[in-house]
Amino acid sequence: MDLNKKYTPQSWPDHPETATMEGKNKFIGFWLLLAAETVTFASLFATYLALKDKGPSGMEFAASNLFELPLVFAMTMILLTSSLTSVYAMYHMKNHNFKAMQAWLGITVLLGATFLGLEIYEFNHYVHLGFGYTHSAFSAAFYTLVGTHGAHVLFGLCWFIALMVRNSKRGLNMYNAPKFYLVSLYWHFIDVVWVFIFTVVYLMGVIG
Amino acid sequence: MSSIAQKKGFGAAMWDYLTTVDHKKIAHLYLASGGIFFLIGGIEAMLIRIQLMKAGNDFLSAGTYNEVLTMHGTTMIFLAAMPILLAFMNAIMPLQIGARDVAFPFLNSLGFWLFFFGGVFLNLSWFLGGAPDAGWTNYASLAIASEGHGIDFYALGLTISGFGTLISGINFLVTIINMRAPGMTYMRMPLFTWTTFVASALILLAFPPLTVGVFFMVFDRMFGANFFDVTMGGNTIIWEHLFWIFGHPEVYILILPAFGIFSEIFAIFSRKRLFGYTALVFATILIGFYGFMVWAHHMFTVGLGPTANAVFALATMIIAVPTGVKIFNWLLTIWGGSISFTTPMMYAIGFIPSFVAGGVTGVMQAIAPLDYQLHDSYFIVAHFHYVIVGGVVLAILAATHLYWPKMFGTMLSEKLGKWTFWLFFIGFHLTFFIQHFLGLMGMPRRVYTFGADQGWDLFNAISSVGAVFMAAGVIILLVNVVMTSIKNERVGNDPWGDGRTLEWAIASPPPFYNFAQTPLVRGLDTFWIEKMEGNKEGMVYAEPLEEIHMPNGSFVPVVMSFGLFVASFGALYNMDGDKGWTIPVIIIGLAITFGSMLFRSLKDDLGFHISKEELMRDVKGGKSDGLK
Amino acid sequence: MAHETHTHVRSQTEYEYIRRQRSKEMRGQLTSFAIMIFLTLIAFTAVAADFSPYLITPIILLLAAVQVVLQLYGFMHMSNKGHGMVAFFMFSGMFVAFITILALVTIVWW
Repeated sequence: MDLNKKYTPQSWPDHPETATMEGKNKFIGFWLLLAAETVTFASLFATYLALKDKGPSGMEFAASNLFELPLVFAMTMILLTSSLTSVYAMYHMKNHNFKAMQAWLGITVLLGATFLGLEIYEFNHYVHLGFGYTHSAFSAAFYTLVGTHGAHVLFGLCWFIALMVRNSKRGLNMYNAPKFYLVSLYWHFIDVVWVFIFTVVYLMGVIG
Repeated sequence: MSSIAQKKGFGAAMWDYLTTVDHKKIAHLYLASGGIFFLIGGIEAMLIRIQLMKAGNDFLSAGTYNEVLTMHGTTMIFLAAMPILLAFMNAIMPLQIGARDVAFPFLNSLGFWLFFFGGVFLNLSWFLGGAPDAGWTNYASLAIASEGHGIDFYALGLTISGFGTLISGINFLVTIINMRAPGMTYMRMPLFTWTTFVASALILLAFPPLTVGVFFMVFDRMFGANFFDVTMGGNTIIWEHLFWIFGHPEVYILILPAFGIFSEIFAIFSRKRLFGYTALVFATILIGFYGFMVWAHHMFTVGLGPTANAVFALATMIIAVPTGVKIFNWLLTIWGGSISFTTPMMYAIGFIPSFVAGGVTGVMQAIAPLDYQLHDSYFIVAHFHYVIVGGVVLAILAATHLYWPKMFGTMLSEKLGKWTFWLFFIGFHLTFFIQHFLGLMGMPRRVYTFGADQGWDLFNAISSVGAVFMAAGVIILLVNVVMTSIKNERVGNDPWGDGRTLEWAIASPPPFYNFAQTPLVRGLDTFWIEKMEGNKEGMVYAEPLEEIHMPNGSFVPVVMSFGLFVASFGALYNMDGDKGWTIPVIIIGLAITFGSMLFRSLKDDLGFHISKEELMRDVKGGKSDGLK
Repeated sequence: MAHETHTHVRSQTEYEYIRRQRSKEMRGQLTSFAIMIFLTLIAFTAVAADFSPYLITPIILLLAAVQVVLQLYGFMHMSNKGHGMVAFFMFSGMFVAFITILALVTIVWW
């Protein structure tokens, strides 16, 4: 594969992410990883549900009196929007418009970072209430589930930034197009997991 | 590249293996390290049998016995059986589908080194304050009470090697999905490739629960989480579920490739097309599917309730159906065939009654009320050794003889091979058949000794004698390997003379690019078809001779895995709470890993090309075998 | 194996056609996004309105499932061609995920 080969919007393939053998392999391989991630998060959700509200006798915290929905609502909106902005980035990737793609990716990163900031604020808030990681089985399961998702967000942000910086001067080619496509898939998957977190952990937690 | 390095000395060869991304060399690495772990696990087995040789023996202390027992199981499953099967998958599967390499050569190497460092980490526990001692299932109720660092070695070691296995699984799946040669449809894939495919799918979906489970274990011990602490609201049954949601598919991850190997052997040495190929394929897929719905039969006595026990009992019994389909297909493949009793074929024939015996006792245990009687007795030990040794280990030994010429270009001695077979086969039945009766007589598993008045002396003594036979068989295999390597008589493409699939159509060992021209596959057993039509070259080609694109070698996988190895030591000793140096060690280790990951993703690695002229030289000079 | 990808330069008409197709697809994505936001609003409102948990729980789980379908088939293009294997493995993963969760909510405590 020639890195220096220049493409124009006219010569750029319809599906640059799977136009090369390497791209095809990465594409399938990454989806398979997402299938494995589905099972990983399922194990975490299952453990959370099994340990929900379980703690030492006389524990004062429960899902129904702990979570604050306005913050979670804001986080949800931010992450959903970032999912859309990464769709925009891929739209421009397919049109071979590198600058517009980078701009939308930049917005995605900013939204993701805001989400992460809010999550850190939220955790910090709970810890100050006395609901630390070692407080109970419930707290351990909650922080591990939501924290694993947060770690995925952090990893996604680093991945976005690394790709944007590395390719800022070279533009789009057949070597990095699959990489941009995969990170956006990853970002959508993070959003999918969050949909279940806000539903199962927060909403179902609040209604008891 | 690699062909140049081979002419240099030991250091260069070593460097070549450390940096290789060639699936055939990674297969050598898996086979060698899996083989060494197999020997370690075997020594542990011998220690167990020496201890149980007579009543009231004091050869091992109770605590040491627990460690030896735990490490025997863990080593054999995670560090011996699975890696050796991965060795054959790596060596053979890409050849069978006509690919030049796996889909992700770099990740292939990373997978190996993660497994390797994880295995070494686990075994270092012997020298660093004691091995894990809560059984290979590491039930949380027992494990969180275990003192010392044994359990931490288990949890961290399996995390690292588990990541390696997951990576290999994804890699094989993508290879089979994307890299098949033209004409190689799914229903023309050799059975070993099919079983590799299904086993890899099981790896993909079964390893995450284990990873999550061992992470909980690490978090409980390292950060004071309370997943398994009942006084803090925790629940140890969660571990059992997560472990067995992984653990049962794991059994099929081991046995399906074994089935694949035997399917190849039956067809080759009966000189017949596999009977019921389609049925075999669908039975494989069905076994993989059911494998996820039966895990709680390991937990019948936990008290999940009659409904759950009934559901899982029924699901378990259903698995006997596709397995039975396979057994009959193999028998009908042999039926009327022109059989040659080579060493691999003897293993295959010995496998059928042994595995059926293990399968039948399996169905017995699927009956939940009976399982309450059999649970935790030597009957269980006998059962799973019948399926694992009688299935997986026999397959590994058979494949070692079958594929040795393809991997190393020289045949293992048939005479010594048969000695190995008979010693091992007799020893195996001698050791484990009698354990069924020990179990029925009430001998519990995992006890370090028994009393002279319990009437178990004779049977245990017989069992220990059987173990000596097995050890002798393995020693003869080692002698065989050494003698064969010294003699080093080179063999041609198809040393068994009856090869049916693509791997036998190219040189032994194959050149590092495997196929100078991608083959065109015209049916099931493609090499056999070409042979029967008198095609001297053994293949028809899908493309003209052109330059070939190959991946570069890389040292990064070793560094990346080593970083996790270092970080694990920090994490392990951090649990003591009084060692200040552990945090920096964790940070340095993770920095090495993530740094090399970043290096890998930022540095372009476009591979290199082998020119058409070079390929022409290889083909004309007859130098197409890998050891030029 | 050809290592160089074949480059096809589109004619102006082809190019305009594919650009139009893509903008049309992008409008579809925007609609999906609007639906997602709407579903999220319903879920949060239902909880804030304090209806019976037996009513709300199935509804919000259903809304979550719809959102996931929109993400997978809209944003992640699982409906496109060449996603057969992808769908197979994702559904296998969801199946294992489902039985794992089912087991840990039903047969852990007794």
